[in-house]
Amino acid sequence: MININILKPNSDNFQTYLYIGSGFIFISIFDVILRSFFNLNFSTSLPGILNFFLPLILGLVGFQMIRLEYSGNRIVDKINESVNNNTFNAGLTLLIIFLTLIATPPALNWMIFEATISGDTKEACVATKGACWTYIKVWFRRFMYGMYPNDFHWRINTAFITLIGFAFVGYFMRGKLKNYITFYYAIFYPIIAFIIINFLISGGSFGLEWVETNAWGGLSLTFIVSFFGLIFCFPLGMILALGRRSELPVIKYISIGYIEFWRGVPLITVLFMSSVMFPMFLPSDAFVDKLIRVIAAIILFEAAYVAEVIRGGLQALPRGQYDAAKSLGMGYWRMQIFVILPQALKLVIPGIANTFLALVKDTPLIFVVGLSEVVGMLQMAKTNPKWLGYAMEGYIFASILFWAICYAMSKYSQYLELKYKTER
Amino acid sequence: MNHKIKSIIPQLLTLLFVVAVIGFFTINAQLNMDERGIDFGYGFLSQESSFDVQFSLIEYDGSHSYAKAYLVGLLNTILVSVLGIIFCTIIGVIVGVARLSPNYLIRNTAAWYVEFFRNVPLLLQIFFWYYAALRALPLPENTEPLFGVTYLTVKGYYIPRLIWENFDILLYSILAAIISIVFIRNYARKLQEEKGQQLPVLLISAGLLLLFPAITFVTGMVQLEVALPVLKQLSKTSFIYADGISVPPELLALVLALSLYTATFVAECVRAGIQGVSKGQKEAAASVGLTPNQILKLVIMPQALRIIIPPTTNQYLNLTKNSSLAAAIAYPDLVLVFAGTALMQTGRAIEIVSITMLTYLTLSLTISLLMNWYNKKIAIKEK
Repeated sequence: MININILKPNSDNFQTYLYIGSGFIFISIFDVILRSFFNLNFSTSLPGILNFFLPLILGLVGFQMIRLEYSGNRIVDKINESVNNNTFNAGLTLLIIFLTLIATPPALNWMIFEATISGDTKEACVATKGACWTYIKVWFRRFMYGMYPNDFHWRINTAFITLIGFAFVGYFMRGKLKNYITFYYAIFYPIIAFIIINFLISGGSFGLEWVETNAWGGLSLTFIVSFFGLIFCFPLGMILALGRRSELPVIKYISIGYIEFWRGVPLITVLFMSSVMFPMFLPSDAFVDKLIRVIAAIILFEAAYVAEVIRGGLQALPRGQYDAAKSLGMGYWRMQIFVILPQALKLVIPGIANTFLALVKDTPLIFVVGLSEVVGMLQMAKTNPKWLGYAMEGYIFASILFWAICYAMSKYSQYLELKYKTER
Repeated sequence: MNHKIKSIIPQLLTLLFVVAVIGFFTINAQLNMDERGIDFGYGFLSQESSFDVQFSLIEYDGSHSYAKAYLVGLLNTILVSVLGIIFCTIIGVIVGVARLSPNYLIRNTAAWYVEFFRNVPLLLQIFFWYYAALRALPLPENTEPLFGVTYLTVKGYYIPRLIWENFDILLYSILAAIISIVFIRNYARKLQEEKGQQLPVLLISAGLLLLFPAITFVTGMVQLEVALPVLKQLSKTSFIYADGISVPPELLALVLALSLYTATFVAECVRAGIQGVSKGQKEAAASVGLTPNQILKLVIMPQALRIIIPPTTNQYLNLTKNSSLAAAIAYPDLVLVFAGTALMQTGRAIEIVSITMLTYLTLSLTISLLMNWYNKKIAIKEK
């Protein structure tokens, strides 16, 4: 029987179909490019709807004509397999290509070709239709350091560089020192960090002027809050996870109550609590700095999430591990520290990384208590009468910033996961 | 003896520690409140609130009590959460399936969407939609209609209001349709298990759901009027659309941001669920002659749902809790109305914050109980 379906190729006539089909696809894409980049439309004579959908129809016909399994041409096979395995997928493929092509010119124009970055005042941006990167340039220091006095920015930089330096000390611990590496990171490093931040950033002694925490802000505050959050919520979460798995009923139920309570309330109410309710709970002459209260609230909150993640790892370990450790005569703590936790933590690296990411992404919420990190500074800059109307640029800048930080963290966690993966 | 002491001492110490902390806080709170002359109590809830709320589902003004203000906030929170859950499920399922598409472009577009939206703080996204994207919309007087009868303007989204007559009869008809659908489903399952025949249950259900309400319309028992939004001039330069329902931009921004953000997590759950069904299941189903649709409906979905539901529940909980970020763009949710305005006015920090936290706890526990019940229902039943 003669195959009368004119759009269906077979291996005999495939060459012809391939030429015609790719011609159709090329015309359809070329049409969209003309329309979006050069504002030309060569099919205006056609009625409205047909004119609008012409590229899609042409493209679909073209894809239909080149769809043949085992065509003998490797490139065509690959295209068919990946983007053209049925009409529906071909249509979606075309839609994505077209949308990208249509969105590219206005986006590029706005972000690059018609944008300004020169000048130091709003006047430089008045004439342009595109983005005003001058706004970001002028406010850059504020976004990084908040209201921290300009002359003292070196203090924040030095503090962070020193902290990073101390973080790498672990790599140089060799031989006998290596036994103390956990001790160093769990106890010694937080203390060093606190001392450095207290004396260098906060100041007040050694001839450094005191800067109150209200003035801290921007990305550096994000780092400070998430840094202390990460360092302290991990051990607390570990203890809570062990508590929840404990055989002692009092400890078990206290841990469960704690975890379920903090996981059931939103962070914003916890921050509210730390700012309006917590002072009521302290002796009237005691004063705890706002920043410390906020960090403490974040630690207590995130520890509950970390605890649940670690519990998952503890539950995933086979019972034999516990039995083996006990049969060697190990006590509870020795068993947990040397046998159970190292294996359990290895299993939950992705989960912990997710919790830490959530912590970093939650830091903007500290606006509730009047501290402004990057997003808070954006809100402040946005309402500055000299710079009204550039909210979009600011949000795009901050999104890219946060995206880069979070993406880097998640990639690092994937690397750690691979590094510590052990076959079982 | 020795063992007993060993297990009692740490428990006792923990208990002592907890009691000491709570006691310390309570005593201080008592002293502080005495000093300021406040006495602890929930009596203020029945006092007149004397503040207005921008957007409310129930009738409310300043002459109502604080308890009513609390209710207004709670309903607004529930509204955002329900809308967010609906939209994030729709987007999440589509993106999750798209991430497994054989089409290279679709797969990667979905992956990029997930990677981008989940790595940007939710607060930033809410701000972006509210202060940048929705502010770029035209003023009411310059707006072109969207879908013919709705208007998306900078002052909000105006949609037609439906005015029902005898709405309860319509509800009864829908109820009747649902009951008959349940019967038909049971019959279909019986038929399938006994004779192996399949009824087009989905088609029949959809038909019934349309047919029953349609009958009430045709017989004239229920009447529907549509009030279209009409442009109305308030002052020389200020226009709004009257008569329709106006969805405030705060709600729009919040629902957009919450559902786009949470959808990325739902998408990952859906993807993991579908991937978690082993390939052998699909091949076995195909080899006994099921069609691709039947494979999806009878073999893949029931197994995938078991993997998908628990983590997705967690995401719904997160969405509900994240809806409290509404306070940042002044959408009058529980946190803004109650923990914000009411707290400012009364100064009763402990009472109000504790009520707010307990409310969220209850909401969270309710959702997780409901989902646990559903999860149990679809869990594997060993025969």
